[in-house]
Amino acid sequence: MNKKTHDIELRLLLEAIYLKYHYDFRDYSSASLKRRLALALERFDCETISQLQNRVLHNEETLPELLSYLTVQVSELFRDPPYFKALREEVIPHLRTYPSLKVWIPGCANGEEVYSMVILFREAGLEDRTIFYATDINAEALKRAEAGRYSLDRVGLFTENHRQSGGTTSLSDYYTAAYGAAIFDKSLKKRIVFSDHCLASDAVFAEVHLISCRNVLIYFRKELQDRAIGLFRNSLPRNGFLGLGAKESIRFSSHVGGFVDFNPTERIYRRRGDL
Amino acid sequence: MSIKPEVVVMGASAGAIEAITEILSGLRERTGAPIVIVVHMPSAKDTHLATLLQNRCSRPIIEVEDKQPLERGHVYLAPPDYHVLVEDDTSLALSSEEPVNYSRPSIDVLFESAADVFSQLILGIILTGANQDGAKGLREILDVGGKALIQEPTEAHCRAMPDAAIATCPDARVMSLREISQYLNERI
Repeated sequence: MNKKTHDIELRLLLEAIYLKYHYDFRDYSSASLKRRLALALERFDCETISQLQNRVLHNEETLPELLSYLTVQVSELFRDPPYFKALREEVIPHLRTYPSLKVWIPGCANGEEVYSMVILFREAGLEDRTIFYATDINAEALKRAEAGRYSLDRVGLFTENHRQSGGTTSLSDYYTAAYGAAIFDKSLKKRIVFSDHCLASDAVFAEVHLISCRNVLIYFRKELQDRAIGLFRNSLPRNGFLGLGAKESIRFSSHVGGFVDFNPTERIYRRRGDL
Repeated sequence: MSIKPEVVVMGASAGAIEAITEILSGLRERTGAPIVIVVHMPSAKDTHLATLLQNRCSRPIIEVEDKQPLERGHVYLAPPDYHVLVEDDTSLALSSEEPVNYSRPSIDVLFESAADVFSQLILGIILTGANQDGAKGLREILDVGGKALIQEPTEAHCRAMPDAAIATCPDARVMSLREISQYLNERI
């Protein structure tokens, strides 16, 4: 296929999705977007991106399913145990000093990270004074996150991760197994607000003490990464915490001066006070 | 006259460390196109492959971070548990999408996205390994006009991966590790 044609089609599709549905993927990282679109073309039985564009514009049922291709939803409970261990041992002691707490998980996808966080806060005795905001642009993913249902064959990994993160309880206390799935306990959702929020177009909605946004920024171009990190900066009070993915960093961002390293290995930063 | 590649992408699996060490230790210092390497590792996340290889290589070896810009004379290594892709601006992007060919990082993922951005200005190399990852990506590199080298299967620790690549890319050149190293020094 002619590469230039392919790139033109990609831009047009993203523009079409933005104009018609207000989902803004125009500043998403194109390499992985192209890969996932190639899979979507197979699924929708389209030969070209232009065909897919036609379908997206004229058949409104296409978009919700296409969104699941455009966004990546692969995660685990307690993914990267050392990160959660650092939260537990180094961040929680600071958070404990606040009478009430807010935690934001942007790009929560299917909810693995937010359940990990609630379990960690329950183990630390902070759950009852905390509100967890779990946000995503994908309504289908939010529904799955709210259902808290994961394939049973992944639970072995989740359990091992939880143990390595320094978990003080048994993960099996938090789910029931039925029909090949682990369904996480309703009580874990008591303090979670699931909500639609877009890092590309929406604004700050609350002041939060901890933002954990891992493996979301890697799918953005630098400009959009900057916008998102700016939002995080404006959502955090002085000394508020920001946790990123193991290979993400604010090093290349224009907001680098707005943060100080807290635990550089685990990519945990603190908001610097304004001068 | 043939065009000089602006980037080298390399993939290896079983037996990778010895093979890559042999190639890198034969390279001249800090010159030449950037080399991006995907190695399949058992998901032991604290294996310090970069440190291990650095001891034997005079060029700086960097474990890729998201949106890492490419620099000449540098060697880049995919981090465990992430795919590495090439962005339009030639920086390296990471992805935690599903494994491809049971692998994350996957060689095909790197090769295909690199071919898309660099077209004929790319050299792809497939080394030892026990699976077929990379065979499709190397084909893609040749199809966009790039160059392809495959380690001589009889010399490889595991010949399945070179064999699979030869099957999809009969037009690639087959070489020993020593010859690959020499090729990189003289031609890249």
